[in-house]
Amino acid sequence: MTGATVSRLLPGGGYAGRSRVLLERSAIVSRRGWLAFVSGFFEPVFYLVAMGQGLGSLVGMLPGPDGTPISYAAFIAPGLLAASAMNGAVFDSTFNVFFKLKYARLYDAMLATPLGPVDIALGEIGWALIRGGLYALGFLTVMAGFGLLTSPWALLALPAALLVAFAFAAVGMAATSFMRSWQDFDLVTLAVLPMFLFSTTFYPLSVYPPVLQTVVQCLPLYHAVELMRGLTTGAVHVGMLGNVAYFAVMIALGVVVAARRLDRLLLR
Amino acid sequence: MGDGLVQARGLRKRFGEFEAVRGIDVDVAPGEVFGFLGPNGAGKSSTMRMVACVSPRTGGTLQVLGMDPDVDGPRIRARIGVVPQLDNLDAELTVRQNLQVYGRYFGLPKRHVREKAAELMEFAQLADRADEPVEPLSGGMKRRLTIARALVNDPELLLLDEPTTGLDPQARHLLWERLYRLKREGVTQIITTHYMDEAEQLCDRLVVMDGGVIVAEGSPAELIGRHAAREVLELRFAPEDRPPAAAFARLADRVEELPDRLLLSTADGERVQGEVARAGHRPISALVRRATLEDVFLRLTGRTLVD
Repeated sequence: MTGATVSRLLPGGGYAGRSRVLLERSAIVSRRGWLAFVSGFFEPVFYLVAMGQGLGSLVGMLPGPDGTPISYAAFIAPGLLAASAMNGAVFDSTFNVFFKLKYARLYDAMLATPLGPVDIALGEIGWALIRGGLYALGFLTVMAGFGLLTSPWALLALPAALLVAFAFAAVGMAATSFMRSWQDFDLVTLAVLPMFLFSTTFYPLSVYPPVLQTVVQCLPLYHAVELMRGLTTGAVHVGMLGNVAYFAVMIALGVVVAARRLDRLLLR
Repeated sequence: MGDGLVQARGLRKRFGEFEAVRGIDVDVAPGEVFGFLGPNGAGKSSTMRMVACVSPRTGGTLQVLGMDPDVDGPRIRARIGVVPQLDNLDAELTVRQNLQVYGRYFGLPKRHVREKAAELMEFAQLADRADEPVEPLSGGMKRRLTIARALVNDPELLLLDEPTTGLDPQARHLLWERLYRLKREGVTQIITTHYMDEAEQLCDRLVVMDGGVIVAEGSPAELIGRHAAREVLELRFAPEDRPPAAAFARLADRVEELPDRLLLSTADGERVQGEVARAGHRPISALVRRATLEDVFLRLTGRTLVD
């Protein structure tokens, strides 16, 4: 999708080019909510220690993306990296956005100013992206400390994490605009948890029968794990552009749907 | 088009099958306080949302600050202030931050919003609560903060949707005083209310809306003069010895029968009260009061205002 196509699909008069001020607001608010950041950072670290070190001592070595054997910790760490980018982005773009949309009427207040639905969508998705990116940065540091970054390509894991977080935030916010009550958030858990467990985070795709392999290959987190695992181990190949394209489509779809839904919900 | 700040012709708003605003003409002149008076569901808030450029009109024409909301929504919104019916302050921010961040939504520089926030907290009498969260504030304080927030961009036009609903009398009077001060500074205001006394206190000119149309228009005094006598005598009777309304027809210009009382419109309430007593009627209570817009509304629609 080109930029021009995207902008045609967005609500008219809906963009003041000022989504940055929403980031300012979120930054001020997060000064009080720093605990959420800390817990979001530690979660994957706990997984890495428990499974990578604990379970890893039973599992031993696994074939890496290019066939070279790597330690179990080195195998799951990129998966956890992808998952932490996803979790940070999804949590922010679903629970937090729903609260602001339905209860705090925050977006109504914003729309009374020159801001439009596109500013709000981009600003909120942008914050979710930053949050996901910070989790990823924290986790990358831990990975470096454990000696799990074995290639200079790993430097690209951070921008890749931002791309992944952007995509999950965009789709998360779009999905949130369809939610009617807190009960609907069970669906978020229902989507995120199995994806976390089964998207080759903890074992390679080859353990699945062929039919299930195809299913797993359709999941967004699978593409994120592929990207991260390739970059952190240095097994980079052209096919990874396909993973990138997958997220570019998610981003475009998410932003357009989120902005259009905000327009429909709030500007009646 | 004229030089009115707001000009509507045949303005309509439909939600599915329901038509909330059914073709109204409105002109608001610079510097005046203009009121929309009417019961819940009369179409006041729908009209306000259209003027605030957050609700596209279904029909008719609308110009706000000389521009069409459908075309120039963001440019119009940059120059107006909105006080919504329900407070939507940012509960995650302090009083001061609410003002500063809101100013940033208008693209105002940080330095400017810092100074503006301090000035507005004085105006709203909230300077001593500047760095506290907004949730524990009283209803009146929140309302004042919402009004202060609407002033952050120095608006040419201020829209207030039921500004004092749910406030205690003291808080209302304080708020009225602040709005009056703004009027003296030349800020044009559009106010919706279902409180008659509020419309009388605040509005230079108002329209009475009912069922999506305008049923009367004028200054409060004009409307009272045109549609009601000067005073009203309210009589309350025990149900068993309540005389029929016709018994008072001779004494007053007009008699309205409400479920719990009779309203006698007259130029001289005390004289009528004396005559009621002389005629041998024994009301539980009798009260003479000035005619209000409530009486105008009753006269125009045959109903009291539903709350």
